[in-house]
Amino acid sequence: MSDNLIYAMEVTLNGLMAGVLYALVALGFVLIYKASGIFNFAQGVMALFAAMTLVGIEKGQVPFSHLINAVLGTEVHHFGWHLHSFLAIAFTVVVMIGLAWAVQQVIFKHLVGQEPIILFMATIGLAYFLEGVADLMWGSEIKNLDICLTSNLCMPQGINEAIDQTTYEWFGYGFFIDNLDITATIVAMVLVAALVAFSQYTKQGRAMRAVADDHQAALSVGISLNFIWVLVWSVAGFVALVAGIMWGAKSGVQFSLSLIALKALPVLMLGGFTSIPGAIVGGLIIGVGEKLFEFAIGPMVGGATENWFAYVLALLFLVFRPQGLFGEKIIERV
Amino acid sequence: MKLKLATLALGSVMAAAPVMADLVFPSLSYRTGPYAAGGIPYADGYADYFTLINERDGGIGGVMAKVIECETGYNTEKGVECYEATKGEGALVYNPLSTGITYQLIPKVTADGIALYTPGYGRTSAANGKVFSNVFNFPANYWNAASLAVNHLLDVNGGDIKGKKIALVYHNSAYGKEPIKTLEALSEKHGFELLAIPVDHPGQEQKSQWLQIRREKPDNVLMWGWGVMNQVAIQEAANIRYPMENFIGVWWSGAEHDVTPAGDKATGYKAVTFHNVGSDFPVFDDVQKYVVDAGKAAGAGDNVGKALYNRGFYAAMLMAEAAAAAQKASGKADIEASDMIAALESFSITEERMAELGMPNFGPAFEVSCANHGGPGTGAIQQWDAAAGTWSLISDFGPSDMDVIQPLIDADSAAYAAENNIAERCN
Repeated sequence: MSDNLIYAMEVTLNGLMAGVLYALVALGFVLIYKASGIFNFAQGVMALFAAMTLVGIEKGQVPFSHLINAVLGTEVHHFGWHLHSFLAIAFTVVVMIGLAWAVQQVIFKHLVGQEPIILFMATIGLAYFLEGVADLMWGSEIKNLDICLTSNLCMPQGINEAIDQTTYEWFGYGFFIDNLDITATIVAMVLVAALVAFSQYTKQGRAMRAVADDHQAALSVGISLNFIWVLVWSVAGFVALVAGIMWGAKSGVQFSLSLIALKALPVLMLGGFTSIPGAIVGGLIIGVGEKLFEFAIGPMVGGATENWFAYVLALLFLVFRPQGLFGEKIIERV
Repeated sequence: MKLKLATLALGSVMAAAPVMADLVFPSLSYRTGPYAAGGIPYADGYADYFTLINERDGGIGGVMAKVIECETGYNTEKGVECYEATKGEGALVYNPLSTGITYQLIPKVTADGIALYTPGYGRTSAANGKVFSNVFNFPANYWNAASLAVNHLLDVNGGDIKGKKIALVYHNSAYGKEPIKTLEALSEKHGFELLAIPVDHPGQEQKSQWLQIRREKPDNVLMWGWGVMNQVAIQEAANIRYPMENFIGVWWSGAEHDVTPAGDKATGYKAVTFHNVGSDFPVFDDVQKYVVDAGKAAGAGDNVGKALYNRGFYAAMLMAEAAAAAQKASGKADIEASDMIAALESFSITEERMAELGMPNFGPAFEVSCANHGGPGTGAIQQWDAAAGTWSLISDFGPSDMDVIQPLIDADSAAYAAENNIAERCN
């Protein structure tokens, strides 16, 4: 087997793993769009906000401490605790549910029946507001993210030795697969399975699907739109937390996390805005496509092709299938 | 009655005395957004030095220094807005900590007669004072940094790097591309192979780049990054088990927050620097006493001694010294922007003066001239120890290869002069 073919196999595997991370971000967009028709521009910032909140709670940071100290002349920064990661995750989920409720009560409740572009603009406002709040609450410093089961068992990162050795024995070249990416893949699989189970087998999940299918019909059978939208934003908040953890583990939790949304857009264009499987498959196609293109063509054109090639790939799909791979075809008769 | 009369008389005298304006040093900072982690400590260091001078010495030559901060968010348009909003406040010198903003401000400061100070960033060829009358980038620039990194590799390889493969992982922007020409020239001179690997903004995802490095097995990797690109690159290098001691960043890839996310695996990572590291300098005792403990620190006071804090602090020290020199040369305490430029063009700092300031060996001793706004181009190598959580200098401040760099500066500045119809000065 030629070296280039072996390298291409390694690149493909890494592309699949990267695709899972893109899909994690795209999932949040899909959930909200499917249930409410809102393209949530704030999804990336929600990932940032969730990750910052998680680290803040875990490390006992006093929220708004700079503001409190400036106004009251105090010097409080930390509560003095260090919570277990899972407890911190649980508290963060509560915060994200609170955020979902606030977003619904303060913004979207008053925009029912407005044009989609108005709702989209509202999410742009929400994104900038949330970014500012996150800054005020937790500060702008880069925070290290430590998700640990026990003090010795934390989220793994670095080359997977078993894959490295096995592939070396097979091909004479050990493949690099990051343990964090493997973890992210497992987490994403569990997350999607949980989302599917929730929407199929729970009353709230079925109500969520009913709202997604037809708002008016759902209302007529007594489903509270208000409750469902809070629920959907909460679930999207949880997905944002998972995405924030996975991306934040790579680089530390910092403000550029909000830019991961840019990675989700081509995935959505390709997979469709209304399909969870679409987000997954779209993520995988984009991940593999951009990595292989960078591997094969990148060196000939100066490299750094991934950002733009992902969009080229998505546009190509759009030309032939405007609703995306799994999106619903919308026919409006006039 | 006598007391009232005396008070009135004193009041009249005070009213008749000339009002001394503050010496204004605008700080185009970024404390918010994706690059805030780098912007905050730098802005803190810049502000804290002037606060120290005010609190301990009563200002510069008896005139208080005033730092006007304007938030740019590392956005070029906002940076220009900040410049326009503050230049009428009596600004003496601008230090925008952004190459993008610097490029936009060069023609503006030249037209407005204000100095622009860009230590270790900005337009490299601004070192040529014959063309760039208002811009100063001493003591070192990007091209010096590239040469200093190569010099270090020469040192650790017994002076011979012929046949070595050196990769440059760079931010795919004007900033990131800065060292390529210099490294190409150096690769011809020393016979090493240069492999340039770009990373698109913001650099959150670098899997392809590090897979390529793993395949190509370069002997050394140099990095020109900023923001999240630095943290991800160091983490990815650790992931593929690239030897950290063979990985060298430019000074903008050498802050504490760049290495801490990778934990212990970042130990051994190196970066070029043009100033000293850590807080083990007498001046920082004064900072603690007059600034931090007095509750006057620009931030929470927890950045003192960090790499970027020291850089902002060092830049402020040099500007304060230049302002003092301007006062001396002009014979007036209340100097103007033109006095500042004149002082910068004949600026010098000695080891004795730095020792007096409580900053012995904090940076090189050097002189600036009308023709040379770039200073000596010297620098050192710092190395990270994750267990101690500190940077240490592992080399002395050494020279860069000006035989290679000077022709590049001359060519680039000549092209700028031709483009903008600028006649050479200092002849």
